[in-house]
Amino acid sequence: MIHSLFLINAAGDIFLEKHWKSVVSRSVCDYFFEAQERASEAENVPPVIPTPHHYLLSVYRHKIFFVAVIQSEVPPLFVIEFLHRVVDTFQDYFGVCSEVIIKDNVVVVYEVLEEMLDNGFPLATESNILKELIKPPTILRTVVNTITGSTNVGDQLPTGQLSVVPWRRTGVKYTNNEAYFDVIEEIDAIIDKSGSTITAEIQGVIDACVKLTGMPDLTLSFMNPRLLDDVSFHPCVRFKRWESERILSFIPPDGNFRLLSYHVSAQNLVAIPVYVKHNISFRDSSSLGRFEITVGPKQTMGKTIEGVMVTSQMPKSVLNMTLTPSQGTHVFDPVTKLLSWDVGKINPQKLPSLKGSVSLQAGTSKPDENPTINLQFKIQQLAISGLKVNRLDMYGEKYKPFKGIKYMTKAGKFQVRT
Amino acid sequence: MGIFLPLVWFRHDDLKEMLDSNKDSLKLEAMKRIVAMIARGKNASDLFPAVVKNVACKNIEVKKLVYVYLVRYAEEQQDLALLSISTFQRGLKDPNQLIRASALRVLSSIRVPIIVPIMMLAIKEAASDMSPYVRKTAAHAIPKLYSLDSDQKDQLIEVIEKLLADKTTLVAGSVVMAFEEVCPERIDLIHKNYRKLCNLLIDVEEWGQVVIINMLTRYARTQFLSPNQNESLLEENTEKAFYGSEEEDAKDAKAEAAVLAKCKPYVMDPDHRLLLRNTKPLLQSRNAAVVMAVAQLYFHLAPKAEVGVIAKALVRLLRSHSEVQYVVLQNVATMSIKRRGMFEPYLKSFYIRSTDPTQIKILKLEVLTNLANETNISTILREFQTYIRSMDKDFVAATIQAIGRCATNIGKVRDTCLNGLVQLLSNRDELVVAESVVVIKKLLQMQPAQHSEIIKHMAKLTDNIQVGWGVAGPRERGWQQCHMSEGISQVPMARASILWLIGEYCEHVPKIAPDVLRKMAKSFTNEEDIVKLQVINLAAKLYLTNSKQSKLLTQYVLNLAKYDQNYDIRDRARFIRQLIVPTEKSGALNKYAKKLFLAQKPAPILESSFKDRDHFQLGSLSHLLNAKAVGYQELPDWPDEAPDPSVRNVEVPEWTKCTSREKRKEKVEKPFYSDSEGESGPTESADSEPESGSEENGSSSSSGSSSSGTEEEEEEEEEDSGEQSEDKEEEEEVEKRPKRKDKEGSHKAVLGSAGSPSEEEEEEERAKKAKKKAPQGRKGRVETSSEASTSESSSSGSDSGSEAEAKQRKPPSSKASPKEISLLDLDDFTPSPVQPIPSSSIISTSLVTDLEGLTLTDSSLTPTLLSPAFSAVKTYELLHRMAGEGLAVEYCFSRRPFPGDPHMVAVQIQISNNTDTEVKNLRVNEPKPLSGMRIQEFPEIEHLAPGDTATVVMGIDFCDSTQAANFQLCTHTRQFYVSIQPPVGELMAPVFMSENEFKKEQGKLMGMSEITEKLTLPEKCQSDHTIVQQLTSAANVGRVPCGASNEYRFAAKTVTSGSLVLITLERREGSTAQLTINSEKMVIGTMLVKDIIQALAQ
Repeated sequence: MIHSLFLINAAGDIFLEKHWKSVVSRSVCDYFFEAQERASEAENVPPVIPTPHHYLLSVYRHKIFFVAVIQSEVPPLFVIEFLHRVVDTFQDYFGVCSEVIIKDNVVVVYEVLEEMLDNGFPLATESNILKELIKPPTILRTVVNTITGSTNVGDQLPTGQLSVVPWRRTGVKYTNNEAYFDVIEEIDAIIDKSGSTITAEIQGVIDACVKLTGMPDLTLSFMNPRLLDDVSFHPCVRFKRWESERILSFIPPDGNFRLLSYHVSAQNLVAIPVYVKHNISFRDSSSLGRFEITVGPKQTMGKTIEGVMVTSQMPKSVLNMTLTPSQGTHVFDPVTKLLSWDVGKINPQKLPSLKGSVSLQAGTSKPDENPTINLQFKIQQLAISGLKVNRLDMYGEKYKPFKGIKYMTKAGKFQVRT
Repeated sequence: MGIFLPLVWFRHDDLKEMLDSNKDSLKLEAMKRIVAMIARGKNASDLFPAVVKNVACKNIEVKKLVYVYLVRYAEEQQDLALLSISTFQRGLKDPNQLIRASALRVLSSIRVPIIVPIMMLAIKEAASDMSPYVRKTAAHAIPKLYSLDSDQKDQLIEVIEKLLADKTTLVAGSVVMAFEEVCPERIDLIHKNYRKLCNLLIDVEEWGQVVIINMLTRYARTQFLSPNQNESLLEENTEKAFYGSEEEDAKDAKAEAAVLAKCKPYVMDPDHRLLLRNTKPLLQSRNAAVVMAVAQLYFHLAPKAEVGVIAKALVRLLRSHSEVQYVVLQNVATMSIKRRGMFEPYLKSFYIRSTDPTQIKILKLEVLTNLANETNISTILREFQTYIRSMDKDFVAATIQAIGRCATNIGKVRDTCLNGLVQLLSNRDELVVAESVVVIKKLLQMQPAQHSEIIKHMAKLTDNIQVGWGVAGPRERGWQQCHMSEGISQVPMARASILWLIGEYCEHVPKIAPDVLRKMAKSFTNEEDIVKLQVINLAAKLYLTNSKQSKLLTQYVLNLAKYDQNYDIRDRARFIRQLIVPTEKSGALNKYAKKLFLAQKPAPILESSFKDRDHFQLGSLSHLLNAKAVGYQELPDWPDEAPDPSVRNVEVPEWTKCTSREKRKEKVEKPFYSDSEGESGPTESADSEPESGSEENGSSSSSGSSSSGTEEEEEEEEEDSGEQSEDKEEEEEVEKRPKRKDKEGSHKAVLGSAGSPSEEEEEEERAKKAKKKAPQGRKGRVETSSEASTSESSSSGSDSGSEAEAKQRKPPSSKASPKEISLLDLDDFTPSPVQPIPSSSIISTSLVTDLEGLTLTDSSLTPTLLSPAFSAVKTYELLHRMAGEGLAVEYCFSRRPFPGDPHMVAVQIQISNNTDTEVKNLRVNEPKPLSGMRIQEFPEIEHLAPGDTATVVMGIDFCDSTQAANFQLCTHTRQFYVSIQPPVGELMAPVFMSENEFKKEQGKLMGMSEITEKLTLPEKCQSDHTIVQQLTSAANVGRVPCGASNEYRFAAKTVTSGSLVLITLERREGSTAQLTINSEKMVIGTMLVKDIIQALAQ
């Protein structure tokens, strides 16, 4: 399975290496650098690179390449999924996953990696278990450790690893027992030139933050579970119950986790909450183009649209843009040709707009394509699919937990073609 | 450098000092720094002696870091590493399982050949460790040892075999991993564990699931028949029309012959079905690798009609990280060629966004092209039009290719596409034009006559597409998968294509062609090789058709080519000169030159690069690379004849297995599985005519059942004769159990059903004996077959499920294998009047459930038990005399397994007619069960005379909930709405287990599955007898023997799901006691606690 792992930063330095079997020389990464050079952008580096003796599988996150070296046949998704899990674990441990943080916590990182794989095969990947084996660093603990000489390493086998609920640590205690669920829906859409929807789907997740004492057994039911077309669960969810009763029944892991991700069936028409009016034109003769976009609300169910952000990749021949926004701020990066406009809240009475001119490189012909507009926005207190949580019950523990549910709709990959 | 070296030296010196100190904090600090060095890839090997000393350090973090160091450098410093071995050997004996496991882990990770025997010993020992965690570590250690010394293979296989038999989910994944690394060819080791693995699968951790599913895919390919063999015939026939290669024809013919020869309908092996059914829920996993593994399993193993379920899950993965998308799209591309219909509904999910990375865009394009058909082509082409204007030129080029493919595949749109592509010829971007030319050339070859205009247009383009645009030479046609063209220019290719076109169709452009040749001759020396070759080609063709105008030009070009630097071009020039210019020497070939050059050429087929990639197991690295990776295990072809399915039968059924199986059973959505039939063969048939018996299956379902019925008859006769002795034996058995006789009748029943291995063996032996004696004379009792099936269907065992299956397959005359004998135990059943069982319900008989069947036997032998003689049985009122207009109905829970369906609770109903007229046609009507609940009505009572009382039994599956079952009770005149609400204690059936088993099971059900309550025992409830009696009256549980005198243990399984319910009552000082209930079913546990406390308080 996984032989070695190299962490490579944007500059092409290998800043961490770990081997689970015999040592593989870091020169194997030369093949990776070669591929990286060939691909113009980091995201175009092929995730699987064959070399004469090894295969390099990589993921790119947080500006770091995680390159796994394998020697023989293994399902590529197995490795890729695992690497992503490693990144998630780091994020969970240190809050952020960056080169600096990893370098600062190199010993903890090493210990965690040691526990995650044995001989290249995943051993413990549940963050709840890992945290029992190796405690995440906190300022307090670091201070205490330096004084008392105690350690970050647990000396007992986490009971979770042996029990039927391997994802939950035992002996959890809280003074305030609380369970929060965030229903977050994302709209993926492609809107064509004329404003009609080419494709639109809703993908949702329920992220939970559960801080409950003991071994609570929760059930979460929906008012309209039929909406959910395709679901994938955290392993804690009892599939049986869902199949028969459409109820989520689970013993939650401790802390933050993604309970469920779902897809709302394509039959349901997706309400598109915003529209974009655009008028972008380049002329062949002159080196000036016109640029004008207006963003407005549409089908928002009475909620305000916040955090609107418009980004657009301009053609290479655009030299500069002179624009005036009616609200918010805009930036045009003449190097990457990326225009971004931070709009903020949409006021239906006074629609935000961005107008101005585009100066093109003299002598070149007009670009073939008008730029695509990518949109980001947020709507609080609304699940656009209409999904509603009915109730949350707890069994197995006596106390009354504090429960909270939050809904939010966001733009996923929301594109307007112009 | 010279300055730095001593510096490094000093720093290490100071580390050594810290390591030698006796302060743990200093050691820790030193180790941390050393590990940081290792992480950065710095060499720290010279510290080895100083570090290895600390291997026995008390501080656990220091120890761990030393381990990290040791594993990293032991290979380089073998001698010194040996110093640490004794520490690990000591660690292997530690009472703490974590320490045992980590000692084994490190010991096996030290790659020092000298310690191989020690490792072997340690692994063997750990493989039988109490702790499953240590056993898991042992499984991990196996491939490590194997890679160190492959001579140990045979011994390791033994260990693997042992660990494969392990029943814990923790071990399963790791041992299969070891199996795959050490002995993937030993497929025979899987047979016995196949069903267990299928059943455990859902509870195994996700990484293990991937490995197990991949292995089982291979296994299934060797053991089962293709579920698509009937369709494949059709499919291949149609395909032949397109790609009529001879090889395929031959294969086809063979397959046809084979199929025709047998000409039998396909019936899916129940084990095959089991695999499909148990993997399906995993499509919902959050782990992309698991979803992919299930998807490939379905793709390779499922009947065509069922493969569709994976599409939705795969499309979901497209939301994930781009690396995941990349892999998934590759697989979708392969699948979409074979099973286009599967992804068609998700067409829009493959639409491309401008923000996608190029490699993803190109894969999506591939999928879209594969999905294109007559109905959706217009939408797809409209999408493509948007893509062509993209800024990403590589992507545009790929789109043009895709349009070309759509045009070749779908005749209807060929002209539209061609026109679109011709328009692209006036695009400003050279790359776009070049790509279009190449594609147009291919399209034109299909119908050149109609398109001379286009050819003319293209001829003019040679001027526009300039030389020297790109540097690279010829490139293989068709963009290679998705590895981008790395800026290789299509331009020379385009020029070459135009030249070829003009040459090929020079009669369509007689005026232009010589002119083009003239221009090309002028620039010949500056052209790319590929263009030069085509210039020669064009010259030759023109010479043949229009020698007047082009003779000199051709000579000139050939002369230029003769002195070219490239030998290919020189060769070609020489060859062509000989061929076309008539000389004395040139022989017969000369005459045929025209035929050679201007022969009709078949149009190229634009194919996906993903075609035929599915011979690699999907989801594998080899598939992704389209090349065999090291260690890739070929996916075998389906066998023509199914190997013997009985190899998967397991002789001794285990409780755990049964429970897990029953749990799973609930998950089956298809209604017919939830029937009592369980897994009867015929229902599994994928064919539309399951009834027309296949040879292999012995006979049609009905005759199958009758045949087995007769067999049982025979057995029964035997049994009858040997019954006395048997009874004795049984009694002895009973006697053996301490203090058992004084328990209530139900307990005796429990006892009877208990499956202690010794008993089973005896049963088996007895059965063997019975079998040997030849059956004589059949009395042909009518009930026998129904009896047999009744009892069989009451069984819920998983493993032996197939025994009956196996039986079914074998003709009745076949020799009895020892496994079949379990059927013997079914014999002495009284025919149950309650349930007419469809004769097809021949099924499994696990020994366990047979024995459960014996319970029935016992009770039917003592008819008194039939009526609620059991004093503690409470009767409840179903219909009061007043409300029922004289009809009074009462019910009680008879606590006997409901014949016909083990998942139902038997409810005994007593109906008394207090009116003075006869009540007719008393029956249950319109049961309105809540979701999942099932009701098996009692047979209609035709007459009930005044003053008479009738007792009937009905079965209700309460789905382990205490919700009431509602139904109507009808007479010939009236209808009464009634409902039965079960007390929680009646939702379970007693199980027998030994003290050890109990403890083991209890250990598994800790944490949230455990409920503890303190209570005070009232005065009168102090004696053993009363406690047991009160408890067993409150719940239908069986007592478990217990060493301690102040403890009582009871065990039961819930009727529907078979989850264990374990009850422990511990008496403390005074009159207090502690009640503990362990059950997976939280709700049942809590309610049961309440009920029991109430019962004990009375």
